Amino acid sequence: MIRDQAHGGKTPEYVLRIEGIEKYFLAGKQRITALKGVNAKVRRGVVTGLIGPDGAGKTTLMRMIAGLLVPDRGEISVLGMNVARDPLKVQASIGYMPQRFGLYEDLTVQENMDLYADLQGVPKDHRSERYEELMKMTGLAAFTRRLAGKLSGGMKQKLGLACTLVKPPELLLLDEATVGVDPVSRRELWAIVYRLVEQEGISVLLSTAYLDEAERCQEVILMHEGHVLGQDAPSQFSGQLNKQTFMLSPEAESRRRLQERIRLMPGVIDAIILGDKLRLVTDQPLETDQVVQRFGVGSESSVQAVPARFEDVFIALLKQRTPGDEKVAHLETEKISHPPHNGSEKDIIVVEKVKRRFGDFYAVKGISFTVRQGEIFGLLGANGAGKSTTFRMLCGLLPASGGKLSVAGKNLRFAAAQARARIGYMAQKFSLYVGLTVRQNLRFISSAYGLSGQRQKEQIEWALDSFELARMADTPSKDLPLGYKQRLALAAALMHEPEILFLDEPTSGVDPLARREFWRRINRLAESNVTIMVTTHFMEEAEYCDRLVIMAQGEILGQGTPEAVKARFRTPRNPDPSMEDTFIAMIEDYEEKEAART
Amino acid sequence: MKVPQKRGVRKGINIMRLKGLIRKESYQIVRDPSSIAIAFVLPMILLFLFGYGVSLDAKYVPIAIVVEHQSNETSDFLAGFRQSRYFVPVIVTDIQTAEQAMIERRVDGIVWLREDFGKKILNTGDAPIGVFVNGVDANRARILEGYVRGVWGKWLERTSIESGRPLHIPVKVKERIWFNAEMRSRNFLVPGLIAVIMTLIGALLTAMVVAREWERGTMEALMVTPVQVREIILGKIIPYFIMGMGGMTLSVIMATWFFNVPLRGSLWVLFAGSSLFLITALSMGLLISVVAKSQFVAGQVAIIVTFLPAFILSGFIFDISSMPAIIQTLTHVIAARYFVSMLQTVFLAGDVWPIIIYDGLALTAMALIFLMIVKKRMKKRL
Repeated sequence: MIRDQAHGGKTPEYVLRIEGIEKYFLAGKQRITALKGVNAKVRRGVVTGLIGPDGAGKTTLMRMIAGLLVPDRGEISVLGMNVARDPLKVQASIGYMPQRFGLYEDLTVQENMDLYADLQGVPKDHRSERYEELMKMTGLAAFTRRLAGKLSGGMKQKLGLACTLVKPPELLLLDEATVGVDPVSRRELWAIVYRLVEQEGISVLLSTAYLDEAERCQEVILMHEGHVLGQDAPSQFSGQLNKQTFMLSPEAESRRRLQERIRLMPGVIDAIILGDKLRLVTDQPLETDQVVQRFGVGSESSVQAVPARFEDVFIALLKQRTPGDEKVAHLETEKISHPPHNGSEKDIIVVEKVKRRFGDFYAVKGISFTVRQGEIFGLLGANGAGKSTTFRMLCGLLPASGGKLSVAGKNLRFAAAQARARIGYMAQKFSLYVGLTVRQNLRFISSAYGLSGQRQKEQIEWALDSFELARMADTPSKDLPLGYKQRLALAAALMHEPEILFLDEPTSGVDPLARREFWRRINRLAESNVTIMVTTHFMEEAEYCDRLVIMAQGEILGQGTPEAVKARFRTPRNPDPSMEDTFIAMIEDYEEKEAART
Repeated sequence: MKVPQKRGVRKGINIMRLKGLIRKESYQIVRDPSSIAIAFVLPMILLFLFGYGVSLDAKYVPIAIVVEHQSNETSDFLAGFRQSRYFVPVIVTDIQTAEQAMIERRVDGIVWLREDFGKKILNTGDAPIGVFVNGVDANRARILEGYVRGVWGKWLERTSIESGRPLHIPVKVKERIWFNAEMRSRNFLVPGLIAVIMTLIGALLTAMVVAREWERGTMEALMVTPVQVREIILGKIIPYFIMGMGGMTLSVIMATWFFNVPLRGSLWVLFAGSSLFLITALSMGLLISVVAKSQFVAGQVAIIVTFLPAFILSGFIFDISSMPAIIQTLTHVIAARYFVSMLQTVFLAGDVWPIIIYDGLALTAMALIFLMIVKKRMKKRL
């Protein structure tokens, strides 16, 4: 961790110093603390990651560094200049890419670049040379005459980057540049960032909500709820958990049962399901035989010590900060259990050669898969892969243009309403009525599903109780923390006891603790035979699924269990590919085939 | 890596940046039909709607005439109503029937000729009539009343001449008839309407395009470049000024060609006055966008705080001098008021310098004040 050095000691080693920053916002009459006591420094010529879940204050901090917001207390100096006092000077020497890239969608690639070159005062005779470099770097040379709005997400991101680089900045600020774009583009962006650092000596500060990106940074500032948890090299962070992380292969019991059993045992920081294994983080270093003994997981061969990941560190730090915060969540799953009809091998969702056309564009190009009862089934893909379209067709919100869809035995073409009564749907961004309180939301949604009288009362009580919302029952849902909003949305989707639960990007942006709790509930539901279908663009979340399909450009690139999907891409060089490696390999395969076809 | 120092920080305007902003804005205007629709289609629709649809002239008004006792005098009087294109008279014999017709809104007024109408006029030289008008629409009622008086007055005059007997002729009558009969209401409505349309276009154009930049996140990226607030303001005002003047030209052409409104003043006065007003309206739009950062809110606010006051308080339809004193004072801060007055003068009366100079000075003051407020309120901050 970096301690605050004395003022005035001007070390050119740092391009950015953040000292004692506090920032408040007014929401109605309430004063919300966005940042409190934030100190950090960014070294010259390295990539520093500003990492934390949504609501950590990353964007607020980024905007302050760029001179778009003024801190209520404290000081930020960029390249020795005080930002609050001299924003124009600072803005002339930094590059800043906002979350949505700041592109004019009705301007072409070239026109966007020209605009930013004009605004940054790049002399006309320097431009063509710089443009050429940037086009080569981003691979956009072939698209200079295309409208920015017609580019794919990854290309927009690269154009946004090129625009901030028309005049080489000393410090480059990237605000959530990698969120929501596909892993291939993400990887390319990282390659560009490192090239900039090496070839042009630019210092980079990059904010992200993906914890796994920490490992790609040279230094990491870790944030949570307006505080800085620490700043260090990522290896230093994960070094703190030496010999404390293990992978368990359950032998006698299911991995979900095992997780439930050991999750709350003393000495356990974290236990999550990854593929067919369980990842365990302990609060002190242990040998594998000690793990076997302590947690009763069969033989030593089923325990494997693994290097710590950044997420483990984050969880450990969070638990240190808020000891005893972990409450035992008793989800009364009996209430939502349905007896299996004819064994759990029944296919409850059948999708056969389903297509969906918008104009002359096929968003979904003839996909087929089946989902068994009681399964957690994932739909994985980047933005624009066709996940949401598929989902909407399955929920009966959008008719298919061709093919056969049946949900819970009902053909959606003829009996969409009947099928809908048996499904629960939790939309992206939770779709709650923000002005209504928690209880009012529950009452409204339950009556929308036709619950009334005693039964409605019971179900609302059940939701308040088992999702620990009772304390917040009379709080307007707009004032709920993100994790609570998510719980409320899930409770609302479950009140009519659906057989199938659809979750659209359920955990995007919530912090890892809330995400774990969420998945625990989902696991419980699956244990009680509710079928769960989930879309996500978090590659790692795919590992929590029983089976999944990976989609790109409206097609299915692969399906099966996470292990089976990954196994296809095992190579001598990469014997244990991550879901992200697998995804990238699949995309590359697909593109090769496409290229061969044309 | 050397970073070239920015030239001319602080003061002044950087021409390269301003040009860049204007070029960007022009591309957007050409490619996005919404601003073209606001500048050109909206005035056309409004002009057609108001030019053809709204008329303050009351014509072919159904009116009940109660004739309690038929006589030469009454039929002579009735002929006056029959010949008038303002009335469609219905003759009834008793007041009850007429009242019933009024309640059912089959007629908008009643003229009551008492039994002794014919006698009185011969004996006393005075012929009182009873007039009832439907006061639900006060404006129409007043016009109606004037028309009835007109017909009556003309008849009295004629009778007086024919019979060679002096009659009491109400004085006010002539004035009213002259105002409505000689002038089509369209002639003063259309110039006023142009002012209202220009308010809407000006405010809507800038408010919407700036809000769009907020919505799409481009404003944030713009703010972080070394661009200065005054350059952003000019970069918005210049292109939309040109658009707005285009809309103005179109409106003037429509007014003179389609609606045959005379243009008696000089074109350059019209141009100068419109420029001043357009700058005011565009600044109002910019000011709105400082507060409203979504297109939806910006659109609503622009309509409520610029269009409606311009519609109601500019004197375009509702006469300012007949408003309560407080409201009259309030109209002085409505820029459209001065523009309406200027346009009506330039179109209908010609270059009446005292009015034009007064309105022109007021508009200049408002443009400067609004620009200053925008400059002060618009910050390079989120």
